[in-house]
Amino acid sequence: MSRIVVVGYGPTAHRLVETLVSKGFDGRITVIGEEPRPAYDRVHLTSYLSGTSAEDLTYDVPEGAVTKLSTRVTGIDRDAKHVVTGDGDVEPYDVLVLATGSAPFVPPVPGAEHAFVYRTIEDLDAIKVAAKDAAEGVVVGGGLLGLEAADALRALGLKAHIVEMSPWLMPRQVDEGGGAVLKQHIEDLGLSVHAGAGVKEIVADDQGQVTGLLKPDGTLVDAQVVVFSAGIRPRDELARSSGLEVGERGGIVVDSGMLTSDPSIYAVGECALAGGMIYGLVGPCNTMAEVAVDRIMGGSATFEGADMSTKLKLLGVEVAQFGAMDGALDVTYMDPVGGVYKKLFISDDAKTLLGGICVGDASPYTSLRPFVGKALPAAPSDLLFSGAGASLDLPDEAQVCSCNNVCAGDVRTAIADKGVTDVPGIKACTRAGTTCGSCVPMLKQLLEKSGVEVSKALCEHFTYSRAELFDIVRVRKITTFSQLITEHGQGRGCDICKPAVASILASLHNGHVLEGERAALQDTNDAFLANMQKNGTYSVVPRIPGGEITPEKLIVIGEVARDFGLYTKITGGQRIDLFGARVDQLPEIWRRLVEAGFESGHAYGKALRTVKSCVGSTWCRYGVQDSVGLAIALELRYRGLRSPHKLKSAVSGCARECAEARSKDFGIIATEKGWNLYVAGNGGFKPRHADLLAGDLSTEELIRTIDRFLMFYIRTADRLQRTSTWLESLEGGLDYLREVIMEDSLGICADLDAQMEHHTATYADEWAATLDDPEKLSRFVSFVNAPGVPDPSIVFEQERGQIKPVMAR
Amino acid sequence: MSWTPICDYDKLLPERGVCALVEGRQVAVFRTYDGALHALDNLDPFSGAYVLSRGIVGTRKGEPTVASPLHKQVFSLVSGVCLDEQGVAVPVYPVRVADGRVEVSV
Ligand code: SRM
Ligand SMILES: Cc1cc2nc3c(=O)[nH]c(=O)nc-3n(C[C@H](O)[C@H](O)[C@H](O)COP(=O)(O)OP(=O)(O)OC[C@H]3O[C@@H](n4cnc5c(N)ncnc54)[C@H](O)[C@@H]3O)c2cc1C
Ligand code: SF4
Ligand code: FES
Repeated sequence: MSRIVVVGYGPTAHRLVETLVSKGFDGRITVIGEEPRPAYDRVHLTSYLSGTSAEDLTYDVPEGAVTKLSTRVTGIDRDAKHVVTGDGDVEPYDVLVLATGSAPFVPPVPGAEHAFVYRTIEDLDAIKVAAKDAAEGVVVGGGLLGLEAADALRALGLKAHIVEMSPWLMPRQVDEGGGAVLKQHIEDLGLSVHAGAGVKEIVADDQGQVTGLLKPDGTLVDAQVVVFSAGIRPRDELARSSGLEVGERGGIVVDSGMLTSDPSIYAVGECALAGGMIYGLVGPCNTMAEVAVDRIMGGSATFEGADMSTKLKLLGVEVAQFGAMDGALDVTYMDPVGGVYKKLFISDDAKTLLGGICVGDASPYTSLRPFVGKALPAAPSDLLFSGAGASLDLPDEAQVCSCNNVCAGDVRTAIADKGVTDVPGIKACTRAGTTCGSCVPMLKQLLEKSGVEVSKALCEHFTYSRAELFDIVRVRKITTFSQLITEHGQGRGCDICKPAVASILASLHNGHVLEGERAALQDTNDAFLANMQKNGTYSVVPRIPGGEITPEKLIVIGEVARDFGLYTKITGGQRIDLFGARVDQLPEIWRRLVEAGFESGHAYGKALRTVKSCVGSTWCRYGVQDSVGLAIALELRYRGLRSPHKLKSAVSGCARECAEARSKDFGIIATEKGWNLYVAGNGGFKPRHADLLAGDLSTEELIRTIDRFLMFYIRTADRLQRTSTWLESLEGGLDYLREVIMEDSLGICADLDAQMEHHTATYADEWAATLDDPEKLSRFVSFVNAPGVPDPSIVFEQERGQIKPVMAR
Repeated sequence: MSWTPICDYDKLLPERGVCALVEGRQVAVFRTYDGALHALDNLDPFSGAYVLSRGIVGTRKGEPTVASPLHKQVFSLVSGVCLDEQGVAVPVYPVRVADGRVEVSV
């Protein structure tokens, strides 16, 4: 039986042991680590400061491995083939693996002993304690890690500075132009940047309390916490003292099979000098571990260097670099206003992609990284526009996940052969996406393009599609979500199925959306009968049927907006939107509006929005019918009707089409003889002109046809499917639709008519009903324990004479 | 550990959150379907808005969750960890019922 001893228990050691176990290694595995816990996810270390626990970050010890924690290996006796630990124990080995990682580099400046580093959970604990009594902090080093550390200081409530020796931030990943754009983003986060500046001294008082950082030019940066993040040094001290070959500038020298100068000793991870390089990223470290395992088990795998592409992990700041940082030709896209800088490096024949830099929009990192070293998939200038690249087809051998060395082909195989239908499935099958996560968008794309039969199940809680659930609810007369999920689903639902079921229950029963259990099903906006804005405030849109409004009502809107200090805007739907209301102000605002005769405009609901109108025959010299009158009638008929997605309509008084009816879910254009009805138009993401369903209808015929069209759509569409995509996916298309709703080929028209009858008979304004119900009203507070207190996080500034939200970051 | 009462237990609707202001901190408190209580920080780390109490409560693989109302990232009610984006988590706070009152500790 052979004995493997692993020194160091970091992520690389973990991958090594895990791979040994999964490959069926049957000897004894002992891992000796200096830290008090098994290996943990260092990549996500920063999340420890925002609440992720040490346990959550820590990996499970692979079954069968023996661990010795809080134990340092102090010597290797290569002749006797054993290692000696700090407490004098001896551990014999047949094969020794050094995975001692690296340590942060701390430059030898006076006072450096008072500074912190950013590498282990204990380091973060110490920083957290020091930050409690500190106001300002400074990070030395403006690289990937330094920026992450500085943002962490900021999140701990400090004013944070970054001191970087180079003239710009992240000099290893971006060039000067990118650096300038990056600086802007970092400063927007509230961090102050001192580039082109070194450190002369860390200044401390008599008690050893740090007071600041002295720059070589003699200026002092006030700070009570100083963190060094100025690069790493491989931990080769053990190898050095036992006579293994080490590099001139550090690192344990290994061959392409990860073997050191001693044939029984391997070195992997950040301590290893492979091909003259130290690799400070988990991807290459994992590959090294896998190569070493293969060798230990008799294989001949080699480590041939690795992709050093990286992406900054700061919420809101996109920076990434992939492939080479120079090339014969380069193409730059620059938008200083939007804070975007993107550059591609290309071979001298302009055919091969060599690498790229992105600041402010990292999408090329995902879409183009797999093409490094390959033919350019499109013209470089096209590739640099945002969104470009999303439709590229990747070659099988293109690497999609660099952390785990997974290629597009591996993902496709998982999809095709193992029946994987979602991202978690791909993660479980291939490991892609499980480390830094930056390749997940790519995995999604591969899934979407694979054309596999994606399950029509709504979500993990229901195996049915929305249309099937609709029939279940209707036929079995189910009235609550709890009954539906107990009898036909599993778990307790989610943000996908709950609003979908709420919508089905509302379409079929039309009770108040906030009544009883239904209150907990509603989507963000329906839950408070208003539209949530980016800062957590709401907008209010009263219904203005057909866009027609009296001067008195206009004045009321103006008064309400003025009295509550709301931002006012005319919408694209011929009505008026009032923005910036706190949740606790909504009832008061609506009390005023309801008193003046307004009703909910359902701008928040998957329901009828507006029926736009043109001025029509009443005033217009071309008009042939009263388009305003019809628009108002239709809006009042269908107001409050809940549907799979929102519904919009418009009525034009003649073929000049000033109301843009053909861009609506149902649009009506007046003719000399009556009305033409168009259906399934759409503006939005994918515009579609509506199709003529029927011509020259009388008003009565028109309304009956729309009733059925809407009810058939509500019954059969998928969740969040607008009428346009619904019609396009309807087998038989427009002709089939005509047969069903105009010729009653399915014999359901009476049913559809009855359903619409029920809707119109039971409609009630949900805001008026809410105002009459103290229980419902009591939920409209910012704080349950302090109902009168406004949310202090909501702050506004002025712009063009009105309010505008100020975000904390 | 000091506990701050925030409201009657009965005031909490199953699967709907409320927000409480405790020592200057915004705490989102949820009652799940089985009657259990959970408390998370109300700050949505993705948007920077204090809104998590207004998200949809549900489960993922049996684990109770809330989805941010702004962009729908899902967080575990038990650990505060974001289940959609690795490495993001919100603080969780101890919460209990005493004499029919809900109490949290920050
Ligand atoms: C306020 C308004 C913009 C404005 O200031 O003019 C607006 C604002 C929003 N639109 Fe819109 N849309 C507004 C007219 C439009 C129009 C124009 C129209 O209706 O004539 C369109 C294109 C027409 C169409 O829908 O086909 C439009 C296409 C969208 C889309 C894309 C829909 C699609 O099918 O692709 C979305 C996203 C969605 O619904 O998924 C959207 C979503 C939104 C949301 C709800 C986004 C959100 O979830 O927060 C915005 C919030 C509204 C709020 O807070 O009050 N909005 N939106 C307009 C409100 C009209 C109204 O009075 O109700
Ligand atoms: C905050 C942070 C963020 C990061 N983000 C990313 C990222 O986004 N992407 C990426 O690819 N990489 C990232 N990294 C780098 C990544 O964490 C490292 O590449 C990885 O940890 C290397 O693993 P390792 O096991 O080789 O070394 P280490 O993680 O350093 O582990 C070595 C272990 O060996 C122990 N040890 C050393 N000597 C001895 C001894 N004599 N006896 C016993 N034990 C010993 C050490 O205490 C340590 O626990 C990040 C690192 C940090 C600190
Ligand atoms: S659509 Fe015709 S009736 Fe209506 S405003 Fe335009 S021109 Fe006049
Ligand atoms: S690239 Fe890091 S997890 Fe895939």
